[in-house]
Amino acid sequence: MTTNTNRRNFLKVSAAAGGGFLLGFSILTSCEQKAVATMTPELVMPAEFTEFAGFIRIAENGVVTIMNPNPEIGQNVKTSMPMLIAEELDVDWNNVIVEQGKLDTEHFTRQIAGGSQSIRQGWTPLRTTGATARAMLLAAAAQKLETDVSELRTENGMIYGPGDKEISYGEVAALAVTIPVPDEVELKKPEDFKIIGKNTKNVDGRKIATGKPLFGMDVRREGMLYAGVIQPPAFGMELSSFNADAALAMPGIVDVIEIDCAPEGKELQWTDSATVRKQIAVVGNSTWQVMQAKKAVEVEWKRVSPAESNAGHRSKMTDLLATGKVAEARRDGNPEAAFKSAAKVIESTYSAPFLPHNTMEPMNFFAHVTDEKAELHGPIQTPEFLEKTIASLFDMDPADIEVGMTRMGGGFGRRLYGSFAVEAALISKAVKAPVKLVYSREDDMTQGTYRPDYLVNYRAGLDENGQLIAFHVRGTGTAGSPVFENRFPAGAVDNYLAENISLDSNISTGAWRAPRSNFIAGAEQAFLDEVAQAAGKDPIDFRLELFDRAMEKPVGENNDYDAERYAGVIKLAREKSGWKGSEGEGVYRGFAAYYCHNSYVAQVLDVTMEGDKPKVGRVCCTVDCGIVVNPEGALNQIEGGIIDGIGHALFGEMTFTEGKPDHENFNTYRLIRHPEAPSSIDVHFVDNGIAPTGLGEPSLPPVIGALANALSAAKGERVYDQPFTKSLRG
Amino acid sequence: MANFSISVNGKSHEVDVDPKTPLLWAIRDELGYVGTKFGCGIGQCGACTVHVDGVAMRSCQMTVENIASRNSEITTIEGLSENGDHPVQQAWLEHDVPQCGYCQAGQIMSAASLLSNIPNPSDEDISAGMAGNICRCGTYKRIHAAVKTAATKMS
Ligand code: FES
Ligand code: FES
Repeated sequence: MTTNTNRRNFLKVSAAAGGGFLLGFSILTSCEQKAVATMTPELVMPAEFTEFAGFIRIAENGVVTIMNPNPEIGQNVKTSMPMLIAEELDVDWNNVIVEQGKLDTEHFTRQIAGGSQSIRQGWTPLRTTGATARAMLLAAAAQKLETDVSELRTENGMIYGPGDKEISYGEVAALAVTIPVPDEVELKKPEDFKIIGKNTKNVDGRKIATGKPLFGMDVRREGMLYAGVIQPPAFGMELSSFNADAALAMPGIVDVIEIDCAPEGKELQWTDSATVRKQIAVVGNSTWQVMQAKKAVEVEWKRVSPAESNAGHRSKMTDLLATGKVAEARRDGNPEAAFKSAAKVIESTYSAPFLPHNTMEPMNFFAHVTDEKAELHGPIQTPEFLEKTIASLFDMDPADIEVGMTRMGGGFGRRLYGSFAVEAALISKAVKAPVKLVYSREDDMTQGTYRPDYLVNYRAGLDENGQLIAFHVRGTGTAGSPVFENRFPAGAVDNYLAENISLDSNISTGAWRAPRSNFIAGAEQAFLDEVAQAAGKDPIDFRLELFDRAMEKPVGENNDYDAERYAGVIKLAREKSGWKGSEGEGVYRGFAAYYCHNSYVAQVLDVTMEGDKPKVGRVCCTVDCGIVVNPEGALNQIEGGIIDGIGHALFGEMTFTEGKPDHENFNTYRLIRHPEAPSSIDVHFVDNGIAPTGLGEPSLPPVIGALANALSAAKGERVYDQPFTKSLRG
Repeated sequence: MANFSISVNGKSHEVDVDPKTPLLWAIRDELGYVGTKFGCGIGQCGACTVHVDGVAMRSCQMTVENIASRNSEITTIEGLSENGDHPVQQAWLEHDVPQCGYCQAGQIMSAASLLSNIPNPSDEDISAGMAGNICRCGTYKRIHAAVKTAATKMS
């Protein structure tokens, strides 16, 4: 395959010299256990190097540094994105140091961690970058070796020519960046990959295991102060006044100030949607002193909008679904007539509660803002949006704003909304010092951008032969409906209707790992099991019949899936799990399949019961995400999504009383723990050579359906409402 | 505020803090050992796990005053091994355990303590011994396998 290069980017090359970035990065060597165990010495980048397009630095001794452009939140892009460059550059991965790039809109595009898109959207551009640099190195070598480029080949950072002619990348790099950038380069064929498709260890693995400072929470600077914020105790409340005398008298407290995070006339981004306008900031010499002083500030709050309780939400959503003014999202055939003629109609309603993100690392950010410039450094999934907000807030030229990204202790969508970084910047500017803002767990859990609460109603019509002839889905939730109107079973049913209606609320919500899919997949897959049962069919056979119809004679136009790939993962899961449905003897099985983030996942999950308490046994999971860039890392993502999904479906629930979150910390908020993880997870990837798609999210949504189906088999009646442990207690 | 002497990773340190300051914040903010993580501050998540006289403890739940008065020896993730090659750390690398990595220092400290108490743990021993450490990323299966590998390395 040939691909067009981005000339403008490459023309920015410079023979850069000198330090600044020399952190003595370590990398793990090969996949061999022995190599790891003997702890190979750290690879160090020399002070002199040549830089290609902001991404690649090559030192004379052959050590290569590759920048990871995107934020690392645990999805492993810091390893997998540089692998794409290294593959086409044709260097030895053992000679590569990976460094986290800062926000750099000139060289990098889409520096966002979200939507499982980093590898999908980076697949061609990053390989092209590597291939372009390689082409330039080859051209330089041709000059030096006085031969034609066609006579040369590369291997692991070396260039070989006729006879015994050879030269290293390090020796030609400085010349290479002076060579005109080629318009087109050839990319490798998948069968020639040497790095892509190989198990490659997390580039930060050793630092993580030895406790090196990697996270925003770990940032320390000369003269740095610590800060905390006090935000309203309930949604719908606003700051009225405060008295900080007692707090100011406490040891180590430097200042207590009011900050305004969204002054009139300032341009806000969508990522600022959860910003609390007026807040109190406490600044001091240590995190602990600040946390104590926050409790000593006397604050008056005033109510400015209704106090909402989640119990009220359920009845409001029920009313919306029954009598609200719904928006039609998709209609095929004549659903009303089809339902009228149906021999059997099945109808069910499913629900799920609000969920906090609960990243293990609470929100935090470092900022140093002066009149002239701003330095921000910390955990953020959307650095570019942050820069825009800061530029508007302080009337600053973006060129005077530097945004750096630390490794993040989880993201799951929470760090898309960077209000905490804006708060840190405002505090730093006000106290004229570098500041690290740290949220307590209580701040983090109660000032969330929660996964919205949802309610969805399904109806299905079967004819006398058990054929699905009509399907109707109507969904609602805080700030939007969870329904994806063009996803399965749309396209497989002649008469289909999808409708949406939104519930307004002052409780802030946002993207949470696999937004909307994280609920609707479980609901839809549980409902399809109900329909299969009513039709007297095996749940897998029932779905495969529908996919056959979608392949042979798809209904409607915008069907958002490839029926063949969908059916492919389902058949593979049936085979690998030895599916026979639930067979009794105390082990109950559930099946589910879902497509999201451009990837297909099917799962078979086993459950046993001890009284009301379910224990998940084996989970068999099949995945079609195209080419798997890093199999070990991919496996980790799939396992993590499964465990995360099971945990939240069983236990996760944030409730609100009069606008106040009822849980503040892990003493009452339940996350899944080690003993509750499945006893085994076995994962099979489809090998089809298609360009890679999402991995960080797709295994989570369906597992909730597989779990619901297994629990229904165990209980002998359906479970409709999350969290399931609550439903099981009745 | 008062002066205390606490021993961390084999070195004695003077800290001038409120006596009730949790050990977690003294070692992070005062001494700069930031490998020990803050997750909840109430003894529920295990991110702050250190060894106090060889036993895994939640550093957010111990005060500096208490540690100093008992003359306890503290070991943090930075001091678990000299070269980062404690069998548990090696096993963590072999199994490529972390996703985000934030919980892992606490997981490793809990695992090392578990293995010094129970050199050959059963699956149940591992599950029970690691139940106090939350991993939001869901790396529990890898943690489980790595603890087993570490056990064989240590035997
Ligand atoms: S921070 Fe100590 S247990 Fe969570
Ligand atoms: S690896 Fe992210 S919390 Fe455990």
